[in-house]
Parts: sequence; structure tokens; C-alpha cells
Amino acid sequence: MLRSEQKPFEEIVGYLEGEDKVFILGCDGCAQSSQTGGMPQVLVMKERLEEAGKTVTGHTVIDFLCQKALVASRLQPLEEKVMEADSLLVLTCGVGVQSVAAMVKKPVYPGCNTINLGGSRGEWQGSERCMECGDCLLFYTGGICPLTACSKSLRNGACGGASDGKCEVSPEKPCGWELIYARLKEIGRLDLLKKFIPPKTWNTMRPRPEILSTSLWALEQRD
Amino acid sequence: MALREALDKGKFAVTTEVGPLKGTDTTEIVEVAEILHGKVDGVNVTDQQSAVMRLGSLATCSMLVEKGMDPVFQMTCRDRNRIALQSDLLSAHVFGIRNVLAISGDFPTLGDHIDAKDVYDLDTEQLIWTINRLNEGYDLADNELQGKTDFFVGAVVKPVSDTEASFELQLAMMEKKINVGARFFQTQAVYDVDAFEKFMKRAGQFNVPVLVGIIPLKSAGMARYMNKNVSGVFVPEHMINDMAKAKDKMATGFEIAARLINDLKDLSQGVHIMAIGWEKKVPEILQLANLA
Repeated sequence: MLRSEQKPFEEIVGYLEGEDKVFILGCDGCAQSSQTGGMPQVLVMKERLEEAGKTVTGHTVIDFLCQKALVASRLQPLEEKVMEADSLLVLTCGVGVQSVAAMVKKPVYPGCNTINLGGSRGEWQGSERCMECGDCLLFYTGGICPLTACSKSLRNGACGGASDGKCEVSPEKPCGWELIYARLKEIGRLDLLKKFIPPKTWNTMRPRPEILSTSLWALEQRD
Repeated sequence: MALREALDKGKFAVTTEVGPLKGTDTTEIVEVAEILHGKVDGVNVTDQQSAVMRLGSLATCSMLVEKGMDPVFQMTCRDRNRIALQSDLLSAHVFGIRNVLAISGDFPTLGDHIDAKDVYDLDTEQLIWTINRLNEGYDLADNELQGKTDFFVGAVVKPVSDTEASFELQLAMMEKKINVGARFFQTQAVYDVDAFEKFMKRAGQFNVPVLVGIIPLKSAGMARYMNKNVSGVFVPEHMINDMAKAKDKMATGFEIAARLINDLKDLSQGVHIMAIGWEKKVPEILQLANLA
């Protein structure tokens, strides 16, 4: 699940400067549940753009825009309206915008900003987050990730900036290391606080080339 | 006396600190250096303190070396990755800087460039470990250096905490910092002698010199501000009242500082005075505390 928020309208209109015709595309996946790119938001965007003097050649919502084969097949019946437009405005996450850009030979503009969730949260989303760092430290930290629980992603302990157990970055956020301390105490492993974690390799945070292709790579590769 | 030498000889060491200004004007630094020359064992230079962009610690430390002082090069993990950190350390050595204080650094959103990317490629303990690798003649990629460094590495510790977790973490991390090569500590400002004694009962076992932090109070308002906003600072109410009643705020602030130094002297191996704008007055505080 990706979370998005709509860009300020002025920014979107700025993208369309010097252009008249636009095709609006929404997404019935994450953008629909973010209320940034479902049909209601697409219709509001259409109205606002028309008020701003633009011609909307067409609009549609596809589930999901991250599925390139689906994007191609759903846009096919609308090809005329799409090709008539100077550009496409896509109300969805950064993945969806790129997916559309890969399938349509027209300028494709983002209507949303994708919000950083501070790491993945699994299929059943709780508060635990994983940065997919490829070098798991959870053994040493009582099952609480220091990369996501600590604002500075410190691996060896707290920075000393916390007040009343809250992070110096935000009084709303608990100090990740104080949580780790409490957990280690609970499980009788405070000795782990003394374990030195050497400098991390950040290379494992970059995806490997072989997994840069999606699970639907066969469909995408097909002409 | 140089800081390392003073501590090795068991002298009660005195350090203070200066903060470079935003810009290229170094007049104040030069004046402070002239006044403090021969009166302190080391002078810390803060590194983009409070995440506010200023003249660098490295250049300022180099100026202090030229003035015959022994600077303590403060280095945060916030702004540089491991390549830049190691390179700046080599530069520091070439400039004659011999003390480094490793700290994590306030988060960028607390400073004046709130849109900056935070780095923290290394954390404090890893930075200390890295400095010791350079001292051994190797970089972090295990390449041999042509000419190694010779740094006396320090770290910070917060003796007084508001939670058990924070207190215990400070002690555990102090031990870890020592294990990876920290040879001295400077502390957050202390106003509560009993609390510091409680801390030293635990920290004393490490047998590493601790220079206790002193910030002379300027006003009751400043004390309240620090109590509210500065992690690990707890100014007791009676001191705040003394400041509120004082006609000559500076004199009272200095008296309190001198009294604290005397009360904390037997519990520590030195004092680190953070005068925050009153750097030129540090000799007066030392005189009041009979350390001049």
C-alpha cells in the first residue's frame, strides 16, 4: 500500500502551462483509498481544470495503474481521447505515474506526491516498519528496528536528545532506543546494549538488478 | 598544557568551547583565543551547533592551533558520510589538530536548514571506532594509510536523565564508546551535584576521565528555557530563584558556576565550561573557582 496526497492545484496548473488539452487518469488501488485518485477526485480535478480554462479530452480510473499490461488494455478503447490530449495528468503514486509513462507516448504528469511511510509495513499494516535494508539487526535490538524506530537510524544506541522518552525530532514520537531498552530489559537481554554494531553496508538497501523487474515481467516484456 | 597530557598526568583538566559564527568573520574567535591562551587545557569548537549552518569546526580548530591552543574538533555524524568524515579527519591531523569529540548531532529540522538531508551514515560509536582505525593506520575499507593519524578521542555523556531507560542507555553507551576507543568524556551541563554523584558511582568504574559540563546561568528565564528544551539539563528551583533575585546576573551566574565546579571537582577529572557568548569571561569563572 502506497499513500499519496494531491499536489497543490497551482503546481498542477503550472505543469499544464502552454497546453490546452489534458486527459485525466486515476487509480482504483492505493490512490482510491488515499482519496487522492479515485473517481470522485478525478471528477473534481476535471471540474477545476475546466474552470481554469483547460479542455479535458477524457478521464478514467483503472485498477491498478501499477499494472502496466492493464493500463495498456484499458486505455486502448480510449486511445483517440488520449492521443488528442497534449498530456496526461495521473492522480496516483509515483509507481503508477511511471507505469503510465512507460506505456503512453505522451507527456505524463504527476498529480500527487507519494508520502514516505518510513519503511514497509507488511500485508496487515501495523505500526512496525521495515526499511528493507537487507542486513537485519533485530536480534540485537529486542525485535524493534533501530533504522525505523530511531529518527536518526542510529545502530548503537540513543543520541541523548530525548526528553521524557520522546524523540528530539518530534514530541509525538517515542525515542526508539528507549523502546528498545524497555524490550531488552523485559526479555533479560540488556547485555546486548553493549554489543558494538559496526558500520552498515548501505548497498543492500538498493534493490538487486534481478528483482527490478516485476513479477509480471513476462507480460510487460511482451510486445 | 595539552588536553591529553593534562589528563594523562592526572591534572584536573579545564576545557571550554567556542562556536563559530555564521559567516567569514573570525574576529571574535581570534579575540577569545588570545584571552584564553594558557588558561585552559583545551578548547572545543562546535560543529554546526544546533544544526545551524556556520563557519566550520575544522577551519576554526586550525586557527586555534596557529594561536598555540589545543583545540577539540567536534564532529557530528549528521552532515557527512564516511568518506567525508575520514577525509576531514585526515585534514584535521595535517592541520595539527589532535583531539576529536564524536557526537551524533542535532537533527536538521531543529536548525536553520530544515530541508537538509540528514546523513548518519556512521553513528557516534562507529565514528569513534573509525577514528581509531585511522590511528591504527587503516581506513574503513581496510586500506593502509600513507601516514596515520594520532587522535585523542572523546565522546559525550548525559549524566542526568529523566527516565530510567535514558539513564541506563547513557551508561551502556558510555561503556560501548570506551570499548571502541573513547579516551575521555565531556558531559551535558550539570546543576545537581547529588544526581552527578549517582551517575559517577556507576561511571567511575570505567576509569576514563570525565569532564563535567558547566553552563553559567545568565538569567532565570534562560534556566527555565533549558529545563524545558534542553535534554538532560535540570536547573534546580533554588538556583532559578537566586538568578531571578540577583541584581548583577553575571556575578550571580558566575558564583553559582564556581560553586558547582568546587562541589563537582572531587567527583570528576575536569570541567568543561560552555559559556555561550561569555567565552571571554571564562578566566573570571576559573579564578572564582580557584582554578586559575
